[in-house]
Amino acid sequence: MIKKFFYFLYFIFFLFSCNKESSKSEFKEITTVKSYTYNELKPMLERADGKTYVINFWATWCAPCVKELPAFEKIKEEYKEKNVEVILVSLDFPKHVDKRLIPFINKKKLQSKVVLLDDVNEDFWIKAIDSTWSGALPATLIYNSKKRAFFEKNFVYETLEKEVQSFL
Amino acid sequence: MRYLKSILVVAVLVIASAFTTNIEDSYKIGDTVEDFKLKNIDDKMVSLSDYPDAKGFVIVFTCNMCPYSVANEDRIIALDKKYKGLGYPVIAINPNDPKAMPGDGFAEMKVRAKEKGFTFPYLLDEGQKVYPKFGASRTPHVYIVSKPEMKLEYIGAIDNSSRNPNKVTEKYVENAVDALLAGKKPMKTETRAIGCSIKTL
Repeated sequence: MIKKFFYFLYFIFFLFSCNKESSKSEFKEITTVKSYTYNELKPMLERADGKTYVINFWATWCAPCVKELPAFEKIKEEYKEKNVEVILVSLDFPKHVDKRLIPFINKKKLQSKVVLLDDVNEDFWIKAIDSTWSGALPATLIYNSKKRAFFEKNFVYETLEKEVQSFL
Repeated sequence: MRYLKSILVVAVLVIASAFTTNIEDSYKIGDTVEDFKLKNIDDKMVSLSDYPDAKGFVIVFTCNMCPYSVANEDRIIALDKKYKGLGYPVIAINPNDPKAMPGDGFAEMKVRAKEKGFTFPYLLDEGQKVYPKFGASRTPHVYIVSKPEMKLEYIGAIDNSSRNPNKVTEKYVENAVDALLAGKKPMKTETRAIGCSIKTL
Protein backbone atom coordinates (compact mmCIF):
# COMPACT_ATOMS: atom_id res chain seq x y z
CA MET A 1 0.00 0.00 0.00
CA ILE A 2 2.73 2.43 1.05
CA LYS A 3 4.74 1.36 -2.01
CA LYS A 4 1.85 2.21 -4.29
CA PHE A 5 1.50 5.57 -2.57
CA PHE A 6 5.17 6.36 -3.25
CA TYR A 7 4.85 5.29 -6.88
CA PHE A 8 1.93 7.66 -7.11
CA LEU A 9 4.07 10.46 -5.59
CA TYR A 10 6.90 9.82 -8.06
CA PHE A 11 4.39 9.89 -10.89
CA ILE A 12 2.99 13.24 -9.73
CA PHE A 13 6.54 14.61 -9.32
CA PHE A 14 7.55 13.67 -12.87
CA LEU A 15 4.27 14.99 -14.18
CA PHE A 16 5.01 18.39 -12.76
CA SER A 17 8.65 18.26 -13.84
CA CYS A 18 7.60 17.52 -17.37
CA ASN A 19 5.19 20.45 -17.33
CA LYS A 20 8.00 22.78 -16.32
CA GLU A 21 10.17 21.53 -19.19
CA SER A 22 7.49 21.87 -21.83
CA SER A 23 6.47 25.39 -20.73
CA LYS A 24 10.08 26.47 -21.28
CA SER A 25 10.30 25.14 -24.80
CA GLU A 26 6.69 25.86 -25.68
CA PHE A 27 6.68 28.30 -28.52
CA LYS A 28 3.70 29.78 -30.27
CA GLU A 29 4.28 30.67 -33.90
CA ILE A 30 3.67 34.32 -34.62
CA THR A 31 1.95 35.80 -37.61
CA THR A 32 2.53 39.52 -37.05
CA VAL A 33 5.14 41.83 -35.59
CA LYS A 34 3.95 45.14 -34.19
CA SER A 35 5.48 48.14 -35.91
CA TYR A 36 6.36 51.32 -34.01
CA THR A 37 7.49 54.79 -34.98
CA TYR A 38 10.12 56.21 -32.66
CA ASN A 39 7.60 58.23 -30.68
CA GLU A 40 5.50 55.12 -30.20
CA LEU A 41 8.54 53.09 -29.12
CA LYS A 42 9.92 55.74 -26.77
CA PRO A 43 7.82 54.76 -23.72
CA MET A 44 9.34 51.26 -23.93
CA LEU A 45 12.77 52.83 -23.52
CA GLU A 46 11.99 54.72 -20.35
CA ARG A 47 9.60 52.65 -18.23
CA ALA A 48 9.69 53.18 -14.48
CA ASP A 49 8.00 49.96 -13.38
CA GLY A 50 10.80 48.44 -11.32
CA LYS A 51 11.95 46.12 -14.11
CA THR A 52 15.34 45.99 -15.76
CA TYR A 53 15.01 46.27 -19.54
CA VAL A 54 17.47 44.83 -22.03
CA ILE A 55 16.68 46.38 -25.43
CA ASN A 56 18.61 44.93 -28.34
CA PHE A 57 18.65 46.69 -31.73
CA TRP A 58 19.18 44.13 -34.49
CA ALA A 59 18.06 42.95 -37.93
CA THR A 60 17.85 39.62 -39.75
CA TRP A 61 20.29 40.92 -42.36
CA CYS A 62 22.89 41.76 -39.73
CA ALA A 63 25.06 38.67 -39.25
CA PRO A 64 26.70 39.72 -35.96
CA CYS A 65 23.20 40.57 -34.61
CA VAL A 66 21.86 37.12 -35.43
CA LYS A 67 24.93 35.53 -33.89
CA GLU A 68 24.38 37.20 -30.51
CA LEU A 69 20.61 36.59 -30.25
CA PRO A 70 20.99 33.31 -28.29
CA ALA A 71 22.76 35.28 -25.55
CA PHE A 72 19.72 37.56 -25.21
CA GLU A 73 17.33 34.62 -25.25
CA LYS A 74 19.32 32.97 -22.49
CA ILE A 75 19.27 36.16 -20.39
CA LYS A 76 15.51 36.29 -20.79
CA GLU A 77 15.18 32.72 -19.56
CA GLU A 78 17.74 32.85 -16.75
CA TYR A 79 16.75 36.24 -15.37
CA LYS A 80 12.99 36.41 -15.75
CA GLU A 81 12.60 35.68 -12.03
CA LYS A 82 14.83 38.70 -11.38
CA ASN A 83 12.39 41.05 -13.13
CA VAL A 84 14.50 41.39 -16.28
CA GLU A 85 12.71 41.85 -19.58
CA VAL A 86 14.32 41.47 -23.01
CA ILE A 87 12.92 43.33 -26.03
CA LEU A 88 14.37 42.75 -29.50
CA VAL A 89 13.84 45.85 -31.65
CA SER A 90 14.19 44.89 -35.29
CA LEU A 91 15.42 47.37 -37.87
CA ASP A 92 14.45 45.10 -40.74
CA PHE A 93 13.04 46.76 -43.83
CA PRO A 94 9.23 46.92 -43.46
CA LYS A 95 8.78 45.18 -46.81
CA HIS A 96 10.71 42.19 -45.44
CA VAL A 97 8.62 41.63 -42.31
CA ASP A 98 6.39 38.90 -43.76
CA LYS A 99 8.99 37.22 -45.94
CA ARG A 100 12.03 37.41 -43.66
CA LEU A 101 11.40 38.62 -40.10
CA ILE A 102 8.37 36.51 -39.17
CA PRO A 103 9.78 33.27 -40.65
CA PHE A 104 13.06 34.00 -38.86
CA ILE A 105 11.36 34.45 -35.49
CA ASN A 106 9.40 31.22 -35.95
CA LYS A 107 12.35 29.23 -37.20
CA LYS A 108 14.56 30.33 -34.29
CA LYS A 109 11.64 30.05 -31.83
CA LEU A 110 12.51 33.42 -30.33
CA GLN A 111 10.82 33.77 -26.95
CA SER A 112 11.74 37.41 -26.35
CA LYS A 113 9.33 40.10 -27.47
CA VAL A 114 10.16 41.30 -30.99
CA VAL A 115 8.96 44.66 -32.30
CA LEU A 116 9.73 46.54 -35.50
CA LEU A 117 11.03 50.09 -35.45
CA ASP A 118 9.88 51.76 -38.65
CA ASP A 119 10.81 55.43 -38.62
CA VAL A 120 12.72 57.17 -41.41
CA ASN A 121 13.98 60.00 -39.17
CA GLU A 122 17.05 57.98 -38.25
CA ASP A 123 19.31 60.94 -37.55
CA PHE A 124 16.82 62.15 -34.96
CA TRP A 125 16.03 58.94 -33.11
CA ILE A 126 19.52 57.44 -33.19
CA LYS A 127 20.77 60.50 -31.32
CA ALA A 128 17.70 60.47 -29.03
CA ILE A 129 18.21 56.83 -28.03
CA ASP A 130 21.86 57.52 -27.25
CA SER A 131 24.06 60.48 -28.15
CA THR A 132 27.07 58.18 -28.63
CA TRP A 133 25.34 55.73 -31.01
CA SER A 134 26.69 55.95 -34.56
CA GLY A 135 23.78 53.93 -35.94
CA ALA A 136 25.70 50.71 -36.41
CA LEU A 137 24.04 47.41 -35.50
CA PRO A 138 24.07 45.53 -33.21
CA ALA A 139 23.53 47.88 -30.28
CA THR A 140 21.99 47.31 -26.84
CA LEU A 141 20.37 49.56 -24.27
CA ILE A 142 20.09 48.30 -20.69
CA TYR A 143 18.18 50.37 -18.15
CA ASN A 144 16.18 50.40 -14.96
CA SER A 145 15.28 53.09 -12.45
CA LYS A 146 18.86 53.05 -11.04
CA LYS A 147 21.04 52.95 -14.10
CA ARG A 148 21.14 53.37 -17.88
CA ALA A 149 23.87 52.25 -20.29
CA PHE A 150 24.24 51.94 -24.06
CA PHE A 151 26.52 49.47 -25.84
CA GLU A 152 27.46 49.75 -29.51
CA LYS A 153 29.06 46.32 -29.65
CA ASN A 154 28.55 42.57 -29.95
CA PHE A 155 27.87 40.53 -26.83
CA VAL A 156 28.51 36.95 -25.86
CA TYR A 157 26.47 35.47 -23.02
CA GLU A 158 29.21 35.94 -20.41
CA THR A 159 29.75 39.65 -21.13
CA LEU A 160 26.02 40.33 -21.41
CA GLU A 161 25.31 38.54 -18.15
CA LYS A 162 28.01 40.56 -16.40
CA GLU A 163 26.41 43.81 -17.53
CA VAL A 164 22.89 42.70 -16.59
CA GLN A 165 24.08 41.61 -13.16
CA SER A 166 25.57 45.06 -12.56
CA PHE A 167 22.04 46.45 -12.90
CA LEU A 168 20.46 44.11 -10.37
CA MET B 1 52.39 25.13 -21.28
CA ARG B 2 48.80 26.38 -21.47
CA TYR B 3 49.69 29.22 -19.12
CA LEU B 4 52.54 30.21 -21.42
CA LYS B 5 50.18 30.11 -24.38
CA SER B 6 47.76 32.50 -22.63
CA ILE B 7 50.57 34.94 -21.88
CA LEU B 8 51.62 34.76 -25.52
CA VAL B 9 48.07 35.49 -26.68
CA VAL B 10 47.79 38.48 -24.35
CA ALA B 11 51.19 39.76 -25.49
CA VAL B 12 50.17 39.50 -29.14
CA LEU B 13 46.89 41.34 -28.45
CA VAL B 14 48.67 44.13 -26.58
CA ILE B 15 51.22 44.56 -29.35
CA ALA B 16 48.52 44.40 -32.03
CA SER B 17 46.42 47.03 -30.28
CA ALA B 18 49.44 49.31 -30.07
CA PHE B 19 49.49 49.37 -33.86
CA THR B 20 45.81 49.93 -34.40
CA THR B 21 44.18 53.34 -34.42
CA ASN B 22 41.79 54.02 -31.60
CA ILE B 23 38.38 55.21 -32.76
CA GLU B 24 38.80 58.11 -30.30
CA ASP B 25 41.84 59.28 -32.34
CA SER B 26 39.84 59.32 -35.56
CA TYR B 27 39.18 62.44 -37.63
CA LYS B 28 36.86 65.08 -36.24
CA ILE B 29 35.20 67.86 -38.22
CA GLY B 30 37.90 70.39 -39.11
CA ASP B 31 40.75 67.87 -39.01
CA THR B 32 43.18 67.41 -41.89
CA VAL B 33 42.63 64.12 -43.70
CA GLU B 34 45.71 62.11 -44.68
CA ASP B 35 46.02 60.82 -48.20
CA PHE B 36 45.90 57.08 -48.83
CA LYS B 37 46.76 54.63 -51.62
CA LEU B 38 44.28 51.83 -52.17
CA LYS B 39 43.61 49.40 -54.98
CA ASN B 40 40.74 50.13 -57.32
CA ILE B 41 38.61 47.53 -59.08
CA ASP B 42 40.60 48.18 -62.28
CA ASP B 43 43.64 46.92 -60.34
CA LYS B 44 45.27 50.36 -60.36
CA MET B 45 46.20 52.19 -57.14
CA VAL B 46 44.23 55.35 -56.32
CA SER B 47 45.14 58.30 -54.08
CA LEU B 48 43.41 61.59 -53.43
CA SER B 49 46.48 63.30 -54.90
CA ASP B 50 45.55 61.73 -58.26
CA TYR B 51 42.87 64.44 -58.53
CA PRO B 52 44.75 67.77 -58.74
CA ASP B 53 41.75 69.55 -60.25
CA ALA B 54 39.24 68.40 -57.63
CA LYS B 55 37.88 70.93 -55.16
CA GLY B 56 37.18 68.18 -52.66
CA PHE B 57 35.93 64.63 -52.27
CA VAL B 58 32.84 62.72 -51.26
CA ILE B 59 34.36 59.63 -49.64
CA VAL B 60 31.82 56.86 -49.09
CA PHE B 61 32.55 53.74 -47.06
CA THR B 62 30.26 51.15 -48.59
CA CYS B 63 30.17 47.48 -49.49
CA ASN B 64 28.40 44.86 -51.57
CA MET B 65 26.43 42.96 -48.97
CA CYS B 66 24.88 45.42 -46.53
CA PRO B 67 21.22 46.09 -47.42
CA TYR B 68 21.64 49.71 -46.36
CA SER B 69 24.57 50.14 -48.72
CA VAL B 70 22.62 48.50 -51.50
CA ALA B 71 19.63 50.77 -50.83
CA ASN B 72 21.92 53.79 -51.25
CA GLU B 73 23.83 52.70 -54.37
CA ASP B 74 21.69 54.60 -56.85
CA ARG B 75 22.00 57.74 -54.74
CA ILE B 76 25.79 57.37 -54.54
CA ILE B 77 25.95 57.09 -58.34
CA ALA B 78 23.67 60.16 -58.64
CA LEU B 79 25.98 62.15 -56.34
CA ASP B 80 28.98 61.31 -58.47
CA LYS B 81 27.16 62.21 -61.68
CA LYS B 82 26.08 65.56 -60.22
CA TYR B 83 29.25 66.61 -58.42
CA LYS B 84 32.20 65.05 -60.31
CA GLY B 85 31.93 67.73 -62.99
CA LEU B 86 31.64 70.40 -60.29
CA GLY B 87 34.83 69.29 -58.55
CA TYR B 88 33.61 66.88 -55.87
CA PRO B 89 33.99 63.32 -57.16
CA VAL B 90 32.82 60.29 -55.18
CA ILE B 91 35.49 57.90 -53.91
CA ALA B 92 33.97 54.64 -52.65
CA ILE B 93 35.90 52.45 -50.23
CA ASN B 94 34.99 48.96 -49.04
CA PRO B 95 36.22 48.82 -45.42
CA ASN B 96 35.34 45.17 -44.73
CA ASP B 97 37.75 42.31 -44.37
CA PRO B 98 36.74 39.87 -47.14
CA LYS B 99 37.84 36.99 -44.88
CA ALA B 100 35.24 38.08 -42.35
CA MET B 101 32.58 38.77 -44.97
CA PRO B 102 32.55 36.51 -48.01
CA GLY B 103 30.76 38.45 -50.70
CA ASP B 104 32.75 41.60 -49.97
CA GLY B 105 35.87 40.40 -51.69
CA PHE B 106 37.72 42.18 -54.47
CA ALA B 107 36.28 39.98 -57.21
CA GLU B 108 32.75 40.57 -55.95
CA MET B 109 33.39 44.32 -55.84
CA LYS B 110 34.28 44.25 -59.54
CA VAL B 111 31.08 42.38 -60.34
CA ARG B 112 28.88 44.74 -58.33
CA ALA B 113 30.46 47.87 -59.78
CA LYS B 114 29.90 46.56 -63.29
CA GLU B 115 26.29 45.48 -62.59
CA LYS B 116 25.33 48.88 -61.20
CA GLY B 117 27.52 50.91 -63.50
CA PHE B 118 29.58 52.65 -60.80
CA THR B 119 31.06 55.83 -62.24
CA PHE B 120 33.60 56.26 -59.46
CA PRO B 121 36.60 54.40 -58.00
CA TYR B 122 35.63 51.51 -55.71
CA LEU B 123 38.65 50.82 -53.54
CA LEU B 124 39.37 47.98 -51.10
CA ASP B 125 40.74 49.04 -47.72
CA GLU B 126 43.20 46.19 -47.75
CA GLY B 127 44.65 45.66 -44.29
CA GLN B 128 41.85 47.87 -42.93
CA LYS B 129 44.19 50.75 -42.07
CA VAL B 130 42.24 53.62 -43.64
CA TYR B 131 38.73 53.28 -42.22
CA PRO B 132 39.85 53.48 -38.54
CA LYS B 133 41.53 56.82 -39.28
CA PHE B 134 38.18 58.10 -40.45
CA GLY B 135 36.39 56.43 -37.55
CA ALA B 136 33.96 54.85 -39.99
CA SER B 137 31.69 52.62 -37.97
CA ARG B 138 29.11 51.43 -40.48
CA THR B 139 28.28 51.08 -44.15
CA PRO B 140 27.35 53.37 -45.74
CA HIS B 141 29.25 56.20 -44.03
CA VAL B 142 30.07 59.43 -45.89
CA TYR B 143 33.00 61.81 -45.30
CA ILE B 144 33.25 65.08 -47.26
CA VAL B 145 36.74 66.55 -47.55
CA SER B 146 37.55 70.00 -48.97
CA LYS B 147 40.75 71.12 -50.69
CA PRO B 148 43.32 72.57 -50.58
CA GLU B 149 43.62 71.91 -46.86
CA MET B 150 42.08 68.40 -47.05
CA LYS B 151 39.75 69.47 -44.29
CA LEU B 152 36.99 67.17 -43.03
CA GLU B 153 33.73 69.06 -43.50
CA TYR B 154 30.99 66.48 -43.02
CA ILE B 155 30.45 63.04 -41.50
CA GLY B 156 27.33 60.93 -41.82
CA ALA B 157 24.45 59.83 -43.98
CA ILE B 158 23.57 60.73 -47.57
CA ASP B 159 20.09 62.00 -46.70
CA ASN B 160 17.43 61.72 -44.02
CA SER B 161 15.84 58.53 -45.34
CA SER B 162 18.64 56.00 -45.73
CA ARG B 163 16.39 52.99 -46.16
CA ASN B 164 13.76 54.46 -48.46
CA PRO B 165 14.74 56.81 -51.29
CA ASN B 166 11.11 57.80 -51.80
CA LYS B 167 10.85 59.41 -48.38
CA VAL B 168 13.84 61.73 -48.60
CA THR B 169 13.07 65.27 -47.50
CA GLU B 170 16.56 66.47 -46.64
CA LYS B 171 19.63 65.72 -48.75
CA TYR B 172 22.49 66.13 -46.28
CA VAL B 173 25.41 65.48 -48.64
CA GLU B 174 24.03 67.58 -51.50
CA ASN B 175 23.36 70.47 -49.12
CA ALA B 176 26.87 70.18 -47.69
CA VAL B 177 28.62 70.09 -51.07
CA ASP B 178 26.45 72.93 -52.41
CA ALA B 179 27.46 75.03 -49.42
CA LEU B 180 31.16 74.23 -49.91
CA LEU B 181 30.99 75.05 -53.64
CA ALA B 182 29.45 78.41 -52.70
CA GLY B 183 32.35 79.10 -50.33
CA LYS B 184 30.28 78.47 -47.23
CA LYS B 185 30.35 75.88 -44.46
CA PRO B 186 27.76 73.07 -44.37
CA MET B 187 24.86 73.77 -42.02
CA LYS B 188 24.76 70.16 -40.81
CA THR B 189 28.19 68.65 -40.31
CA GLU B 190 27.26 65.40 -38.60
CA THR B 191 24.30 63.06 -39.09
CA ARG B 192 23.49 59.49 -38.18
CA ALA B 193 21.84 56.57 -39.96
CA ILE B 194 21.44 52.86 -39.38
CA GLY B 195 24.01 50.73 -41.16
CA CYS B 196 25.93 47.49 -40.96
CA SER B 197 28.89 47.35 -38.63
CA ILE B 198 32.26 47.05 -40.33
CA LYS B 199 33.44 43.46 -40.52
CA THR B 200 36.78 42.49 -39.06
CA LEU B 201 38.07 39.08 -38.05
